[in-house]
Amino acid sequence: MSSYRVFRASKASYIAAAFGLIALIFLAAAPWWAGRADMRLLSEIFLYLALASLWNLMAGYAGLVSVGQQAYVGFGGYMLFAMTMFGGLSPLVAIPFAGLLGALISIPVAMLIFRLRGAYFAIGTWVIAEVFRLSFAQVSALGGGSGSSLPAKIVTSMADGREAREALSYWLALGIAVVVIAAIYRFLRSRNGLALTAIRDNELAAGSLGIDIWWMKFVVYVVSAALTAMVGALIFLQKIRISPDAAFSVNDWTAFVIFIVVIGGIGTIEGPIIGTLVFFLLRETLADLGTIYLIILGLVAIVVMLKAPQGIWGVLRSKFDLQLFPLTYRVQTTSSNKGGEQ
Amino acid sequence: MDWLNAIVQGMLLGGLYALFAAGLSLIFGVMRLVNIAHGDFIVLAAFLGLATTTALGVHPFVAALFVIPAMAVIGYALQRGVLNQTLGDDLLPPLLVTFGLSVIIQNALLEVYSADPQKLNAGPLEVTSIPVGGLSVGLLPLLTFGVAVMVIGGLQWMFYHTALGRAFRAVSDNQDIAQLMGLNRRHIFGLAMALALAVTALAGILLGVRTSFDPASGGARLIFGFEAVIIGGLGNLWGTLAGGIILGVAQNIGAQINPGWQLLAGHIAFLVILAVRPTGLFPRMSG
Repeated sequence: MSSYRVFRASKASYIAAAFGLIALIFLAAAPWWAGRADMRLLSEIFLYLALASLWNLMAGYAGLVSVGQQAYVGFGGYMLFAMTMFGGLSPLVAIPFAGLLGALISIPVAMLIFRLRGAYFAIGTWVIAEVFRLSFAQVSALGGGSGSSLPAKIVTSMADGREAREALSYWLALGIAVVVIAAIYRFLRSRNGLALTAIRDNELAAGSLGIDIWWMKFVVYVVSAALTAMVGALIFLQKIRISPDAAFSVNDWTAFVIFIVVIGGIGTIEGPIIGTLVFFLLRETLADLGTIYLIILGLVAIVVMLKAPQGIWGVLRSKFDLQLFPLTYRVQTTSSNKGGEQ
Repeated sequence: MDWLNAIVQGMLLGGLYALFAAGLSLIFGVMRLVNIAHGDFIVLAAFLGLATTTALGVHPFVAALFVIPAMAVIGYALQRGVLNQTLGDDLLPPLLVTFGLSVIIQNALLEVYSADPQKLNAGPLEVTSIPVGGLSVGLLPLLTFGVAVMVIGGLQWMFYHTALGRAFRAVSDNQDIAQLMGLNRRHIFGLAMALALAVTALAGILLGVRTSFDPASGGARLIFGFEAVIIGGLGNLWGTLAGGIILGVAQNIGAQINPGWQLLAGHIAFLVILAVRPTGLFPRMSG
């Protein structure tokens, strides 16, 4: 008589979890060991990691390929500025509110652009981002087309002294990256996550099993918009200056993010993490090349898409059957004559 | 009178938008490919026009005789070399590859020409205008509109009255059966992209004569073309012309109310049409 057991975690995932925890403690302690420039770079890495993970949730799992996520990055940034400058809110309170407003505005947007399919959906999201950019450029209270800076008294109100402020802003960036990845991980392990994975693998089959595809996609879109707006608020809290062109830049907030996800491996949690590391490694080594660097980045993304569409992590996973964030179930049969372990 | 003028100028501007859209519509119709780099190809054509006019000292319209075949060759090579590998059921590969192309073209142009705005000089043609019933209509916008009507009429005729058009429609309907009938779809797709970029070349030259352009101005051109396609309805070339006209008129009316609202008014017109008629005004096929 053979029995079997179903499990998710593997030795690799336990080791990864242990290393991840150590790395997290080490990174959380950065204000005590890292210089200011390093902390700025790390913050930027965390914020890109959060954006890439969210884009991956949309494109890699829900099939929502957006080239307009800059709409929510910029919206979150502008909401932070508006609420702190005119609402008198502390930036720490304004960040979650920016997320909430991002979710609210994404609802009518989703209802409108979900009418477009596939690649036309993608360009539709870009139109929305343009509408946001042009609209905020009309708001003279926020500096119109030339933008505005966060008043010094708001910046200094965050914490006492420059070092404490920089540490706080660093922890916020680390925090949002951890929150985003943990939320995606929890979500994908849940019942709804299974439904979403089914949609990713075969939309028609998922629909015939009773999954409400429109609703699942809608939820993913709204939640991603909310979290992206919070990331946007943090990005512009660090920059202290906002303008329509910077806030709604398709290159900065969407093109780079897409390249990160594609190079790292779309449709996996690990992919955006690896992609972010590769992206910053390339950027720090090739930044002196200026525009040539961007051409190389575009070429790398095209080659990866054509030759290894699963990205770096996809190649590693298929070679070594690895999964650092255990999402899938595995079945192991244990036949009775091999001893009664279970 | 200002309003009538805004509407007439907007209609003529719509011809240029229809030219932006025609190439996009053609390749979507034949191979269901949406080219994110389409706007950057328009700008690339304008820069090629600039290179030709400065090198040979010729008029931009003469330069078009060089730029159109050059873009067609680029289109064929690109389709056979790269884009054919991305076609299939999965939406992501063509989208991401053309997105990568967009970044490459933009930065290559930036490297060669810097971010300074450039313009093609068409001489006295740019300022010549014809009085029409109290309005003064520019010769150049009128010419652009005429070219757009001829291009769309030509494409329409090609689609329904030539062997090439029949091949395009065949691979559009069913690639596998077309292949069985002896058509090489890879070659047909290459020809479709060559034709699309030839139209794009014309659009780029006319854009460059009309306004200044820089390496970053491709994104907006893609969006205008896309909006014209969706407003007009997928797969309908004359609808695309109507879509371009609606977009151009909306922009000019917006600008008439407040100069800052020009682009916003165009986008809002698009979103309103998307809300009330999601399939566009004159749809021929489903997306």
